[in-house]
Amino acid sequence: MRIRTAGVVALFALALAASGCGDSDEPAAKESPKAAGGTLVIWADDKRTAALKPFAEKFGTENGVTVEVQAVPNEDLQNNFVTVSSQGGGPDVVIGAHDWIGNLVQNGAIDPVQLPDDQKAAFNETAIKAVTFNGQLYGVPYAQENLALIRNTELAPEAPKTIEDLVATGKQLKAQKKVTEILCLQVGQKGDAYHIYPLYASAGGYLFGTTANGDYDPKDLGVGKPESIAAFKKIAALGEKGEGVLKRSIADTNSTATFTGKKCAFLVSGPWATADVKKAGITYDVSAVPGFAGGKAAAPFVGVQSFYVAAKGKNKALAQEFVTNYVAKPELAVALYQADPRPPALTAALDQVKASDPDLAKFIEAGKNGQVLPAIPAMAAIWDPFGKAEAAVIGGADPTSTVTAAGKTIAGSIK
Amino acid sequence: MSTPLSGPGSAQQAPGPGPGRTGPPRTTRTARNHAPITAAGLAVKVVLLGLVAGIAIWAAFPLVEAEQWIGLAVLVLTTAALFYLYLGRRHVPAKYLVPGTLFLIAFQVVPVLYTASTAFTNFGDGHRGSKDDAIVAIQSSSVKQVPGSTQYPLSVATKGDPTTGPLVFLVTDPETGTVSVGDARGLRPLDPGAATVAPGGKVTAADGYTVLNVGQASARSKDVTDLVVPTAGGALRSSGLSRAYEGTAVRAYDAGCDCVKDSDSGRTWTADGEVGAFVAADGERLAQGWKVNVGLSNFTRVLTDERISGPFLGTLIWNFAFAIGSTGGTFILGMLIALALHSPRMRGTNLYRMLLILPYAMPSFAMLLIWRDMFNTDFGLINNMFGLSVDWFGQDWSARVAVILVQLWLGYPYMFLVATGALQAIPRELTEATSVDGASPWQSFRAVTLPLLLVALSPLLISSFAFNFNNFNAIYLTTEGAPFPADNPSNGATDLLITYTYRLAFGGQDAQFGFAAAISLFIFAIVAVVSAVSFRRTRQQEEVYA
Repeated sequence: MRIRTAGVVALFALALAASGCGDSDEPAAKESPKAAGGTLVIWADDKRTAALKPFAEKFGTENGVTVEVQAVPNEDLQNNFVTVSSQGGGPDVVIGAHDWIGNLVQNGAIDPVQLPDDQKAAFNETAIKAVTFNGQLYGVPYAQENLALIRNTELAPEAPKTIEDLVATGKQLKAQKKVTEILCLQVGQKGDAYHIYPLYASAGGYLFGTTANGDYDPKDLGVGKPESIAAFKKIAALGEKGEGVLKRSIADTNSTATFTGKKCAFLVSGPWATADVKKAGITYDVSAVPGFAGGKAAAPFVGVQSFYVAAKGKNKALAQEFVTNYVAKPELAVALYQADPRPPALTAALDQVKASDPDLAKFIEAGKNGQVLPAIPAMAAIWDPFGKAEAAVIGGADPTSTVTAAGKTIAGSIK
Repeated sequence: MSTPLSGPGSAQQAPGPGPGRTGPPRTTRTARNHAPITAAGLAVKVVLLGLVAGIAIWAAFPLVEAEQWIGLAVLVLTTAALFYLYLGRRHVPAKYLVPGTLFLIAFQVVPVLYTASTAFTNFGDGHRGSKDDAIVAIQSSSVKQVPGSTQYPLSVATKGDPTTGPLVFLVTDPETGTVSVGDARGLRPLDPGAATVAPGGKVTAADGYTVLNVGQASARSKDVTDLVVPTAGGALRSSGLSRAYEGTAVRAYDAGCDCVKDSDSGRTWTADGEVGAFVAADGERLAQGWKVNVGLSNFTRVLTDERISGPFLGTLIWNFAFAIGSTGGTFILGMLIALALHSPRMRGTNLYRMLLILPYAMPSFAMLLIWRDMFNTDFGLINNMFGLSVDWFGQDWSARVAVILVQLWLGYPYMFLVATGALQAIPRELTEATSVDGASPWQSFRAVTLPLLLVALSPLLISSFAFNFNNFNAIYLTTEGAPFPADNPSNGATDLLITYTYRLAFGGQDAQFGFAAAISLFIFAIVAVVSAVSFRRTRQQEEVYA
């Protein structure tokens, strides 16, 4: 009898299993007609996913294929992509910043794309340069961004020409109790290499030298060299023990909020900050980050957002088709701009949106002297030690020993 | 779900009389065999076993697809063993032990073993896949368009069935307008007039060929990307589905010398199995490497790297101080409050309890970030409220005090809760007896209440210590290890071993999982030793007071 009990139980267990199995079969059954036309899977962050969806669907219906746009949070995107790619799966197309290229290439996660010259010419030159790595084009850019000086025109009607001008204006406003801070430039306890770089460059420092063909050269590290020490001495003079312009208490979390709260007249930030500034109802203007008087231009980093073709994608031919022929259309670039206001990399698209958004041209103008953010894997070794050296120097540490130590740490972790 | 639901219902009748009839001859066995089979019990059994079977079948498909036969064998054996165990009536102790054991293996033993095995490899960015993956990546990323060559409008076509027939490229020369057909043998011009060419240059129809539309072509994506048409200057490859370009792979792998050769520069990179990369004579490495076994080098690096061994002792001491301070501080505060509320003279205890538990009810992630902002020098609530200008996270000791204060706030409600529970379990007669004997309240607390409390709470204190020893969030979401000495950006004053090693493994060049695994084994060893010693002492204590 026990056997019969067992048998009956097993039978129903199997029936249940079959029903559970039926559930998992359903999507598979749905996929099979899709597979006949091919499926293109795109990974993007939340904002871009929404903007991309209508275009992806249009591309799908035009060509008889299925396009899935999947939202992955921006901070996890690169990591998740590299992980699934190393296991032979993942999306066909990925959207991300151009400084991922070095890491994506060393992990064999993306393939080069081939754009004919006339198509390349339709893009901003800097944007194409940014997605070129080891002489190969690895992505199709759609937007670019760089830092600029955003100022409250009620408090500071004139754009400062030099940092010294800015400090003088800021101090005056502070003395009049109109503001509490001279400049909102995010530093934080760990420093922020990206935001301090314009001043560092203006004071004569550099991160990497360039090779003969214009690529960044990881062997020529500028941090720890005499130029970088001189630059950090100038930064130290603006720090907490000096003029009090740069402060560790101003960090990524409160920099924009302090500006929109009218506690400072100047904010160093990018196009992403303008939405908050507009919302706060502040009359503002955008100009280039000023450099030190008599120094070099305060070159901000230029970053580019780009579409990549995944090397391990199941549908590479379609991915190449989408990225090289469809992404380069101005309509898509304009839609992506509307989702997230960064200047389009496609010249035609920029011309379209420029008229309605005067900030864009100003940001591009501010990035005219900019340097392409290095995409080489060695750049990953810079961020943390450089930022901490910056924070220490701003807090009053000795620039010479601090920067020399940072240079050693960076050199030690570059292979 | 609707069909099987009627199943168990009808199944109840069939086995019903079973135990009645099989029961009598086995009366001498354990009483459990007599336990009647209830409908609810049977239904639960059916549902759970059904779930097991369902999960097993769901897991089997990807395993078959990936040809993981060992994994499939493990899956089948485990499932079969589970069914044998729970469908039979014997092995009662095993029925209780197996689920826990399975979960222990799946979620504790396997990850630990995987971590341990990773510690002996160079797994990390640039060394994720196999050597073959690296070779494919090197070759495909070196395909360059031949300088001066043109790009051709492309159509993918076949002579046979669109889903299976061998593919050809139909390309149009943009200057002359001649249409050519290309396959693996080469490029041949097509008779003029045999093809219909759209204005853009794309062939829309050709005699004898079926031109694939985008959907059909993309369904054969791999065939399209794999088709290489040899030409005089290089080879014609597809760039998407509507364009072809002439390109050559500049770098090629040569199995003979186990090296990669660059036809442009003439350089060679020879495979080095020790480091898992192709290395040139001058030491330059190709970025795309592969995963290799590196033996003990990750462990020796932990011991010999000055950046690690130098500040290690100081970090370890602070790590202990942090764990002891967090655990001890929260315990003392929680216990004092529990004692206060335990007093029979206290009024409104429920309200107090509710208020005191509030910090416990809030998500610690958000609270840590809020505390971080409250400690801000110029804008933080703490400095503004007390009129201070302390640079909390900028000085070693103020930062350490700050993170322990945050831990105290976050952790005391837990200790308060468990201490309240333990206090209620201590009979009041004991303390009353001490007061009859003339002991002061302090003496009775020292001699009776505290030891009994500790017997009950020691395991919790040890686990709390182990948790705080590796409390990554507490540091990473507040100070991030700051302040850092000016001359050493890799080790800060509030760094715990876990945040410090996280920075070493992931904060520098790129993710180094092998190295991180080696460090985590070291931390595991430290925590394991501390816990083992504490549990030993607890047992001795229990023997005294039990």
